[in-house]
Amino acid sequence: MRIDKDLVAASATPLVLGILADGDLYGYAILKRVGELSGGRMQWTDGMLYPLLHRLERLGHVSSSWGTSEAGRRRKHYAITPTGRAALAERQAQWSVVADALRQVWESAPRPATVVEGWA
Amino acid sequence: MAHDDELEAQIDRWRGYVHRRQVISSADVDELEDHLRGQVTDLRATGLDDDEAFLVAIKRLGNLDAVSREYAREHSDRLWKQLALVPDDSSGSPAPRWRELAVVIALAVGAGVAVRAGIAWFGDDELALARNIGLLVVPFLAAYLGWKRRAGLRTVAAIAVPFVALSVVLNVYPFVPEGSTEVLAILHTPVVLWLLVGLAYVAGSWRSDGRRMDFVRFTGELAIYYTLLALGGGVLLGLTAGVLQLVGVDPEPVITGWVMPFAVPGALVVAAWLVEAKQDVVENIAPVLTRIFTPLTIVMLVAVLAALIASGGLVEVDRDLLILMDAILVLVLALLLYSISARDPLAPPALADWLQLVMVGAALAVDAVMLTAMLTRIAEFGTSPNKVAALGLNLLLLVHLGVSAWRTARFLRGHGVFSELERWQTRYLPVYAAWAAVVVIVFPPLFDFA
Repeated sequence: MRIDKDLVAASATPLVLGILADGDLYGYAILKRVGELSGGRMQWTDGMLYPLLHRLERLGHVSSSWGTSEAGRRRKHYAITPTGRAALAERQAQWSVVADALRQVWESAPRPATVVEGWA
Repeated sequence: MAHDDELEAQIDRWRGYVHRRQVISSADVDELEDHLRGQVTDLRATGLDDDEAFLVAIKRLGNLDAVSREYAREHSDRLWKQLALVPDDSSGSPAPRWRELAVVIALAVGAGVAVRAGIAWFGDDELALARNIGLLVVPFLAAYLGWKRRAGLRTVAAIAVPFVALSVVLNVYPFVPEGSTEVLAILHTPVVLWLLVGLAYVAGSWRSDGRRMDFVRFTGELAIYYTLLALGGGVLLGLTAGVLQLVGVDPEPVITGWVMPFAVPGALVVAAWLVEAKQDVVENIAPVLTRIFTPLTIVMLVAVLAALIASGGLVEVDRDLLILMDAILVLVLALLLYSISARDPLAPPALADWLQLVMVGAALAVDAVMLTAMLTRIAEFGTSPNKVAALGLNLLLLVHLGVSAWRTARFLRGHGVFSELERWQTRYLPVYAAWAAVVVIVFPPLFDFA
């Protein structure tokens, strides 16, 4: 199953903030975590993660610092800031409303998704 | 081992390729490279060989054009370097370049002709010439920027209407000879005119903080280029004049009557063109310049502050001194703006930011002393146009510097981000132009044109 591009874009910010809320990480590790969390079903264009991280940094939601990797190369680590936690809480509230509404719709309507998947 | 070498070579080539994108800085390339290496290592662990792992990792990184575009959207300040290249890329042929040069030369000559005509028209009335000199030059500069940006009708109207209004006000008001409102109007007109140049510069996107910051950069670089041109022109002119004098020709009338009226305004248009065309050259100088001058300015401010306090009675502070101090504060502000515009907004707090905070703090102290002096003078001698104008300017500076200091301190303590400080600058700047417009338009009738 491919997740729609717009849906990936919309969920990217809360996903990244949520992952960073668990602990500081560098870019590639964030993407691996996304892969683990979605069972490999959410695929990002890897390069797009970094402009997103830079935007979050400019907004003050994350902070970054340069460290070194195990191989001794420069590696940039990202950490969530208090502003970022506030933004995450805000996004969580928004998403739970959306998810809640969707769940109710799914329950009251037939599920076309499985049919489509069956044909594909 | 040979495999590793091959992979290193591939990564090197990839780095070189990515590096050519000016929106992706070398720190960003490091970050992407770290990502690429992580991906390659993981892919190799699943059994792919080096080549395959590299290809898959590159593929996952995404189309470089699309990724660069995304970087460009986030780091529009880096596009500053590229602005000049964009039209070249789209046209591809050298012809438009020549056309731009022709437009620049025509506008520069036009500005010269306008100033020369102004000198001839106003004759000995030097104040009238001083009132109008900006009005004579600015249209050519704005025309160049507007032409370059293909400004729409609305932008042209937004510049032309205030311009005409300003011209009318400056020439219709019955200024009392040697009155201070006229001098104030002359001093404040350039500020209003510069806002109009800014409107031409940002074209339609006057609400954009980023474009406003670009205009601040433009102003700073323009000042640098103009100084360079003036220095070069001065040397050339001095040598020529020396030779002419030795062979018995007096170059004085030609130089003051013809060379200067054309060279001084013309150089402004040419400097604007240089800033537009060769941004890359100066870009590396700007951070260096601000780093050199910030500590020096701190020393100057402290010295000035000490002298002010040591001189004792603030009431007796000379009026000329107050004007000079205002000039110093405006200079500090220009330095502050320029260093903010030259700074990478994502860089962590550094020594330079602390120095900047110290400089702003010192300027605030000077401003506070001056405000006290002015208020005492006003309480002692009553108001005058000069005093009210100076008081207004100092209050504006106080607010500007105060909030800047607060935001810098917040940023340094890790409570805020640098872009907040940037936004504060760009949002506040139009206030100065508004105040200058008030001084030019409202003050003369308010104080009976005295």
